[in-house]
Amino acid sequence: MTNTALDSDLRDLYQDLILDHGKHPRNFHTMPQANREALGHNPLCGDRLMLYLTVDENGIIQNAAFQGSGCAISMASASMMTEMLKGKSAAETEKLFRYLHASCTGTEMSAADINEDDADRLKALAGVRHYPMRVKCATLAWHTLQAALKNEKQVSTE
Amino acid sequence: MNRIEPASPVCYAPEDELFACAAPRAYAVEQYRKDFPILDQQVHGHPLVYFDSAASAQKPKPVIEAMTRFMENDYANIHRGVHELSVRATDQYEAARERVRRFINARRAEEIIFTHVGTEGFNLVASSWGRKFLKEGDEIVITTLEHHANIVPWQLLRDQIGVVLRIVPVTPQGEVQIEDVKAVLSRHTKLVAVAHVSNALGTVLPIAEIIDLAHKQGALALIDGCQAVQHMPVDVRTLDADFYIFTGHKLYGPTGIGVLYGKYALLEKMPPYQGGGEMIANVSFDKTIYKDPPHRFEAGTPPITEAIGLAAAIDYVSTIGLNRIARHEAELLDYATEKLHGINSLKIIGTAPHKAGVLSFVMEGAHPHDIGTILDRQGIAIRAGHHCAQPLMEHLGLAATARVSFGLYNTKEEVDALVKALNKVREIFA
Repeated sequence: MTNTALDSDLRDLYQDLILDHGKHPRNFHTMPQANREALGHNPLCGDRLMLYLTVDENGIIQNAAFQGSGCAISMASASMMTEMLKGKSAAETEKLFRYLHASCTGTEMSAADINEDDADRLKALAGVRHYPMRVKCATLAWHTLQAALKNEKQVSTE
Repeated sequence: MNRIEPASPVCYAPEDELFACAAPRAYAVEQYRKDFPILDQQVHGHPLVYFDSAASAQKPKPVIEAMTRFMENDYANIHRGVHELSVRATDQYEAARERVRRFINARRAEEIIFTHVGTEGFNLVASSWGRKFLKEGDEIVITTLEHHANIVPWQLLRDQIGVVLRIVPVTPQGEVQIEDVKAVLSRHTKLVAVAHVSNALGTVLPIAEIIDLAHKQGALALIDGCQAVQHMPVDVRTLDADFYIFTGHKLYGPTGIGVLYGKYALLEKMPPYQGGGEMIANVSFDKTIYKDPPHRFEAGTPPITEAIGLAAAIDYVSTIGLNRIARHEAELLDYATEKLHGINSLKIIGTAPHKAGVLSFVMEGAHPHDIGTILDRQGIAIRAGHHCAQPLMEHLGLAATARVSFGLYNTKEEVDALVKALNKVREIFA
């Protein structure tokens, strides 16, 4: 592989948006008033993140934050996810996760009912489709979200 | 000492180094590399650099061929058939046991138990010796840097019979100090179980002194040699280890076989670990008589072909000479340590003066998994993670490290390729 090909290959994974969120994660703090929280853990690589949500009586996410440690992909995925969650219902987050999953595994899926900003963020993670071992890094935060919304305290992915 | 002369005039080592050729031979790394067919390939368009031998070493042709030859010509089940193939297979399996004995200089071949994985050795000692000879309140001493295989079996025993685990801390440099071992030993200590070489940091532990201390305390010493036997000559008799464990696949042999060495006087008193075929002298529904060691501990059809492969691997490393492999790898480690020291933002984890085969590090701003991915795209295979030593990682305040580990086939040019590839990591995460 030439140096340029290498660069473009790696840049597909480590896009600027990912590197930025990885280095400067948004909503990276604890949330004492959270009424849902879950710990996401990947025992194989040691990635670990605590997700905090406030969900109102109608099931709409009002606020989201996280803390933890992990690789650039898992941190960026969690950071971007917290930016997307506000104002969404469980069903809407489910739709985003399905879209992310499809992008990460190279399956075509319509982004018709996903807003453009969210679709862009999720597409930035699609680079992992060439790195099968890293798909779980991109999806850890989303598995943790599902656990939190179901009131499960802990989730492990491998 | 009961030595067996090498059959062919090649130089055998370490146990036969007394007979070795007079002139020191140059370390012919390029020639040895040709023995490993897998090394000759491109990965993602780059020549493969395999720096993950501590996870599992690659296999030389003599090992692959010995196993194939055995399966093509002599394979059958052992110890039971009256037919020719079974006799041949039994002879070769028991010859492999003798080869292992000679490799670690055990007194008798009966002290060599073939297990299926390194991990099984710890479980065997915990279940058999531990449950028979230990009682509530007895203490087992381990160190912070142990592999999970030398932690979890003792925790299971703790939950079953109430033994107490005592932990010797490691220094920030990754060393185990004798004073710290002494501080943890007590009249309750019954077993001291420590790594010979740390799989995560490469630290070589002062096991001769630790074994001596254990014995003075009236305790037994079990040594985890899974990261040691491929890097240096090991003599269990001089060390006076009570148990010594290693695995085939890290010693350039096949997966599916491990070795538990135990002093015969101990093995003799230990009850079976698993029940079944192969391990019995006589079975009736009233009473079953067990075989003597080692067969008592080898229930079921053992890893026969794998034992043949392991013996071939031992022949292979012995022909090169473990002292020479050790010197070569020490040079590589020094070279790599110096080169990596020159990389800004990189920090080597584990700086004990006496190390073998392993170089662990972290980089500012780049997670070990990201380092692993970026190196992989440049053809370099390393390990990133907690290396099955989570308590050590926690002790060091790290979630993971990137680990480069060396085998007899690695070269300085490969270290140069690593340094170049690490610059790409810095570029991306600058």
